[in-house]
Amino acid sequence: MSSGVAVDLENITIRFGDFTAVRDANVSINGGDFFSFLGPSGCGKTTILRAVSGFLEPSEGRVLIGGNDMAGIGPNKRPTALIFQNLALFPLMKVWENISFSMEVAGASAAERRKRADELLDMIALGGQGDKLPSELSGGQKQRVAIARALCANPDVLLLDEPLSALDLKLRQHMRTELREIQKRVGITFIYITHDQGEALTMSDNVAVMKAGVIDQIDTGHNIYDDPSTPFVASFVGENNVFRGKVKSISGNEAVVTTNRSGDLLSRITPAQVGNLKVGDDAMMFIRPEALELAPTDADSKTTITANVINEEFEGNSFSVFLEGDGGKMIKMSVPNLGQDHISARGENLSLRYDASNAVTMPAGELASE
Amino acid sequence: MSSANLIRVALGAYLLIFFSYLLGPLVVMSLTAFNSSSFPTVSPWACFSYEWFDVLFNDKHIRDGIYYSIVIGIGTVILSVSMGLAASIVLTQVWPKLRSTYYTMIIAPILIPGVVLGISTLVFWDRAGAFFGATDGSFLYGLFHNGIFLTILGQSSFIASYAMLVFVARLQRFDTDLTEAALDLGATHTQAFRKILLPFMRPAIASASVLAFLASFENYNTTTFTIIDYKTLTTVLAQKVRLGINPSISSLAFIIIVLTIFAALAFEAANRNKEHKLAVKKGKASERKSGILPSFMTGNPAAILLVLLAFVVIVMVGTAQKYSPETCKIEVREAKQIAIQQRIEQLKEARRLKDEAKAATQSDAPAAPTTAAPKNSGAFGNVFAPTNLSDEDDAAPKAAPKDGNGAFGNVFDPNNLNSE
Repeated sequence: MSSGVAVDLENITIRFGDFTAVRDANVSINGGDFFSFLGPSGCGKTTILRAVSGFLEPSEGRVLIGGNDMAGIGPNKRPTALIFQNLALFPLMKVWENISFSMEVAGASAAERRKRADELLDMIALGGQGDKLPSELSGGQKQRVAIARALCANPDVLLLDEPLSALDLKLRQHMRTELREIQKRVGITFIYITHDQGEALTMSDNVAVMKAGVIDQIDTGHNIYDDPSTPFVASFVGENNVFRGKVKSISGNEAVVTTNRSGDLLSRITPAQVGNLKVGDDAMMFIRPEALELAPTDADSKTTITANVINEEFEGNSFSVFLEGDGGKMIKMSVPNLGQDHISARGENLSLRYDASNAVTMPAGELASE
Repeated sequence: MSSANLIRVALGAYLLIFFSYLLGPLVVMSLTAFNSSSFPTVSPWACFSYEWFDVLFNDKHIRDGIYYSIVIGIGTVILSVSMGLAASIVLTQVWPKLRSTYYTMIIAPILIPGVVLGISTLVFWDRAGAFFGATDGSFLYGLFHNGIFLTILGQSSFIASYAMLVFVARLQRFDTDLTEAALDLGATHTQAFRKILLPFMRPAIASASVLAFLASFENYNTTTFTIIDYKTLTTVLAQKVRLGINPSISSLAFIIIVLTIFAALAFEAANRNKEHKLAVKKGKASERKSGILPSFMTGNPAAILLVLLAFVVIVMVGTAQKYSPETCKIEVREAKQIAIQQRIEQLKEARRLKDEAKAATQSDAPAAPTTAAPKNSGAFGNVFAPTNLSDEDDAAPKAAPKDGNGAFGNVFDPNNLNSE
């Protein structure tokens, strides 16, 4: 199996007429990585993928695959294989012909092609199904055929454009693990496009979060979740409670923010913004629902919020408690289900506390729309 | 009778009228092909005869016409299908703002009268020849003034638009991701076209080819200008109509109708068989027992009728070599002779009686019943007899020479019905 090859995007800008789809993107992807582009639909992540696969040339900047500049090299000459959102299996060809298409166009004999296709069919656990038509397969099977077809071309880089979005929830979760397995087995670089943060976080070595053509943060899934660098990342990845206010004081990497609704609150400054935040700046503080807990009576007021309960929902493994928040928004608290009947009563005034290390503060900015 | 029944009867009647309107002319025309009468007609049925098929096959003009029609048809299919396919693919690639303009331009030839296309093709290629400096006798001059070449170009100019409409409909369902997927897997643009797009377009290419061939085969308006010194079936037929036709045209029509029915039956049977096999493969239907005729042919009255017709045709083709209408024709001729003789006798008798009456008395009383007697023998009381127009008194002597000399050979004379 071929080992992974690094992909570098240097100052990529892609324009369609007056519209800038991607602005000055700099990404370097290590060989053999599972790398995800995560963002809402229309943020330009598919455009980046098409620039890597060669279906469009960036207006500015360079695409390097394995250190080679790809400018002027067409999609059929690049060491990439793309898995399309709708899979794009050839409907008139049998499954094995689909899988071995890349060998057919390269002039391989039918026997050779059949042999390789059968190997790949075994690998994706579809042995003996090679003579079917794609229309006779189920959604998950088609998915695996599409992967096998891409792998048959022996690409250095596999590009996946939201390949799981057409599957139902159970299958999607199953395919996540399977994709990760395949990636580990073949060891090539995967570049994965998704708007589903769950997919990005579970599968990826690194994730780039995109907003309106701009990459906001590139980091491991863990860091993206715990140390978001912008309000957009904080609010797009996972659930988050936002508290707006002004920075009152800063000491080291901790800051006290005078929030509009809960007074002075203590939190960590997110690593990427240490030094960018000054006293008096507009700031946003984020606390995850699972970081909030019911406060004991002697709790520190700088890490305590009081609010009225609006609603409570039972979610099986946890309870979600919704409280009155900032400017009509609700504060969500997640409490693990340890056998309680309920957490609160409607209208009850609750005191909640958190660890300052679990709250992050950053300069105010645009939030992800819900 | 309940209203539901009434509706059913009314619907049945409507369908009957509708189908008679649709198919009646074809049936009548087919029948005329087998009547030995030298004018395409059914009602004075002379003899059952295959002679018009002989006449047809021995008619060099018609044979040439069919040959050139087929040659031009094939040329037009090749040219118009490839032009239509190219045009439809360009339509999907062209800049969106330009698309409607392009579409209008490509579709315009359908709206232009065929006559105009014919004349302009002729003029354009003549001018093109002059532009390239082709002189009389050179290859280019010969090509640009060749009826087959010009007719293929002229017909293709609008048949390509029809073909394009067929292709556009199919292309709209094409997923362009498939082409991109092929490119991504290393295919060249040519390979992607040949291995992905072309197989997808194959059904549309087949139907566009049939459409183009039929449109070319039956075209007259454009062809009549561009064909120059050649002839196609349509131009030959048009000429024949001008010069007077005989039932060999009907026999040609009959052959075309039969071929069409056979082709349609075969196509349908093949289709059903394929569907059935697919259903069997999926386990939705059981294997057919007889396996010879698809079920629709055993349960559907119209299909049974068609199968019967096909059978009749086969029998007819089988007997055509042995059957000879000569005896019948001689009989008919004799019957005609006898009828004419009888008529002459009648007229003579009438004259004799008249003369006798004149001689016997000068009174006109007995004259009326004797002259009236032969006149009322016709089916319509002889209202169409030419003698009605002339004076009662000298009607009889004039009638005899008139027989057979009318504008239409007296085909409408009801007396003909009696004599045959």
